[in-house]
Amino acid sequence: MRTVTRHQIQTVVNGEPTSVEVEPNDVLLDVLRTALGVKSPKIGCERGDCGSCTVLLDGRTVRSCLVLAVEADAHEITTVEGIEHDGLTAVQEMLIEQSSFQCGFCAPGIVLAAAELIELVPRPTADEVREAIAGNLCRCTGYESIVDAVLAATGSGTSATSRGASS
Amino acid sequence: MTGRHYVGSREPRIDGRDKVSGAAHFVDDLEFGPDLLHAAVVESPHAHARIVAIDTAAAAAMPGVVAVVTGADFPFTFGLYMKDRYVFAQDRVRFVGEQVAAVVARDPAAAKRAAAAIEVTYDELPAVLDVERAMADDADLIHPDLGEYPHVPWFFPRGGTNVAHWRKIRKGDPEAGFAEADVVLEDTYTVPRYAHCAIEPHVVVAQQDHAGRLTVWTASQSPYIQRDLFADALGPLGLTHHDIRVITPYVGGGFGGKAGVTMEIIGAALATAVKGHPVKLRWTREQEFYNTYQRQGLVARLKVGAKADGTITAIEHVLEWDAGAYVEYGANVVNAAGLSATGPYRIPNVSIDSVCIYTNLPPGGPYRGFGYSEFHFGLESHMTRLAQQLGIDPVEFRRINAITEDDTLPYGRAMNASGLREAIDRTAAAIDWGTDAESPDPRTRIGKGFALFWKAPAMPPNASSAAFLKFNEDGSINITVSGMEIGQGYLTVMAQIAAEVLGVPPSKIRVETPDTDRNPYEWQTVASHVTWSCGNAVLAAAGEARDRIFEVVRRARGYDPSTLYLEDEKVKCTEVPELQLPLSDLVTSGLAMEDGTWRGGPIVGSGTYMPEFTSALSNPETGQGGHPNVHYTTGAAGVVLEVDLETGRMKVRKVALAVDAGRAINPTMVEGQITGGVLQGLATVLYEDMRFDDEGRLRNPNFTDYKIPTSLDTPDVVIPIIVEVPQPDGPFGARGVGEHTMIPAAPMVANAVADATGLRVTSMPITAEKVALAMLAAST
Repeated sequence: MRTVTRHQIQTVVNGEPTSVEVEPNDVLLDVLRTALGVKSPKIGCERGDCGSCTVLLDGRTVRSCLVLAVEADAHEITTVEGIEHDGLTAVQEMLIEQSSFQCGFCAPGIVLAAAELIELVPRPTADEVREAIAGNLCRCTGYESIVDAVLAATGSGTSATSRGASS
Repeated sequence: MTGRHYVGSREPRIDGRDKVSGAAHFVDDLEFGPDLLHAAVVESPHAHARIVAIDTAAAAAMPGVVAVVTGADFPFTFGLYMKDRYVFAQDRVRFVGEQVAAVVARDPAAAKRAAAAIEVTYDELPAVLDVERAMADDADLIHPDLGEYPHVPWFFPRGGTNVAHWRKIRKGDPEAGFAEADVVLEDTYTVPRYAHCAIEPHVVVAQQDHAGRLTVWTASQSPYIQRDLFADALGPLGLTHHDIRVITPYVGGGFGGKAGVTMEIIGAALATAVKGHPVKLRWTREQEFYNTYQRQGLVARLKVGAKADGTITAIEHVLEWDAGAYVEYGANVVNAAGLSATGPYRIPNVSIDSVCIYTNLPPGGPYRGFGYSEFHFGLESHMTRLAQQLGIDPVEFRRINAITEDDTLPYGRAMNASGLREAIDRTAAAIDWGTDAESPDPRTRIGKGFALFWKAPAMPPNASSAAFLKFNEDGSINITVSGMEIGQGYLTVMAQIAAEVLGVPPSKIRVETPDTDRNPYEWQTVASHVTWSCGNAVLAAAGEARDRIFEVVRRARGYDPSTLYLEDEKVKCTEVPELQLPLSDLVTSGLAMEDGTWRGGPIVGSGTYMPEFTSALSNPETGQGGHPNVHYTTGAAGVVLEVDLETGRMKVRKVALAVDAGRAINPTMVEGQITGGVLQGLATVLYEDMRFDDEGRLRNPNFTDYKIPTSLDTPDVVIPIIVEVPQPDGPFGARGVGEHTMIPAAPMVANAVADATGLRVTSMPITAEKVALAMLAAST
């Protein structure tokens, strides 16, 4: 039998101090989903292409499928369940109001990418929003409904893209 | 009756909060406890080979392994329209990646290790990798038993060949039509294979409990079809519909890729081998690319004739489809395209041959557009070229020939009412058609392209929908239906339809995802038909509930039901304004009488819908005599495209797309289909295609090498245009729009490239590389 050294890692997950035992090659995404039951980071490609597994590590977006769980030791992890403790963020409310998402599988990752952007740039431009979510693939929406909602929520006006010209 | 209207209103999605908060659970998010087992499959490394031997002994002895199965354990076939697909490969494999055996183990890593330890001995056969080879007289047969496969009556397989189905349409006299034409244009257009790329991979969890019950949780567009095909394929094990339950939570995108049954049959079969345990099989992104469905490749040979005045006289369209190793679903794509390969034009003389051809590439199948995207590329390229040869403006040429409700369809029935002319005019106006756009940058040139589109739902003639509706104590409502929310806004639209009838806001109506034990029948969520078909069922269910409410008020209070109406969650009366009876006062409790007795009881409603006027039976040689399609949705799209004359790089400056929704139940949802469908369509022409090597292996089964658009790859401007010419048999006049929005993207870009550069590209995709090389070739 092979022997592996298991590691006890200490993290703060969505504000709660958490201790979990992991193997050296366990990826953060799997530990979050399987050991800790945090299901909003999704498995989409397992190679860093799609962004569905995005989480915040000390407030910065990472693809949790490319982070080893041991690397999260002594760090703080935030998922969409934890970005706001009292209701949803203004961006989330606007994404709901404007029906920005369709299937919703990419939504947790994109909400986190937008949250990181707004912390750095409170009133982003449309190009800044597009750049911020460019690592999160969405196959349903064509993205602009998401960009528009982020701009509306941050008071940055509407996107350069003209929309809503329908009857 | 001045209360709120919910149909036509931009109601927020009723599933928005679930999805944005992270509360929405997809199959892979469900918990099954420590008893959960994990499966891994052994895949064929060959495109075509005989299986000589499979040695599972080493794998079965590995730690953590619970079961090892091969085709010998499940010698069963399955298929939606033709039973040609195997649960596990039997005597031969037919594509690289096909499932040959599987391991069920305690954890995913153990399953994967054991799968790698299974030794399969193959005897390689010549691989048939393109339609030309497959159609050759001496071609190797991919399905020697083709003649034996059960299939629907509207398929015409040719046993002893690689032709799984041949749809013919013959109308008028094409030879005479071409003879009277002043211009006849012939060319061949090719379209490669594409991947759906839903961001959620396929996943199945299945459990056969110790009482024999099989429950299957799937990421699917088709819970009832899945139950039906599981019962059919696994029937020899003693399983019936009664024993099988399919539960489909939120699904992370489908686009046709999660229609019917693909890998889910493996999970269902494995559950019977490990009774008591739930077993999970989740496709990797690579498997998602090569072992679900792919959009079929197409070689289209097209000949169209027209008179000097612009009238089209005849069309001959030969569509040769690379349908892959199994065509149980894909053959119906071929069929649907064949019925409609004239496009939305009035053409008196028609000859269409749509041929479904087996190859040793992965199975073809449904993909948003269902064959129409593929043939529109050539057809709409051709219409622009023909117009130009006649010296007629391409948009005017389309106005001259656009089909109307006074015209007959290729299969002889009358065309439905449609806003195609309005769509043409509004799209042309939106992109300033007729005025040349000058690029301020001398290194780039701007071209404009235009394309029409149409599509009908492709359904069996008895495809049907059903809905249950119940009121709760507070006057809120639950609706159960079995269509899938695949992003299009189905749940919200069903709520809006009920809301309109019952005067209850959609925010008080829950419509949730299906469970075949509890939710009533739905054929499946494909064909852009659920708003229309299931919408009719919900309309009927809500109407029944409304009538029951009125009957209670009549019995308890004596009002004439014909004077009653529902508004603002109250029962009101046209004759007695004082009647303002809150629904919550009667919908579960009933109404109290003076003597202390009660009248009424819980209000429920049910509704069903089946398009009883359709028939798939027709003359196999002409396609005439049946009524295969319920109706067509039509529209137009235009693009303003900037082309870099040195690099070929293209930037989409503007897209306008007009679609006739009949009635937009929720305009925001329709616009979502337009902006999303346009980008998915642009991706097929600008960025994506599947690349296979000469042994049939897919070379780019991942998002690194198969590039789908990011937020930086969107058009500068998308102008969604909603046309509303009502569908008489649609709920509030609605018809489907979901697939249609991606159909015109490829030809409009091809037409714009030709406008900008003078170069006509007849093969997809039209990448910057291809445009640059074409410009280089033209300049030397």
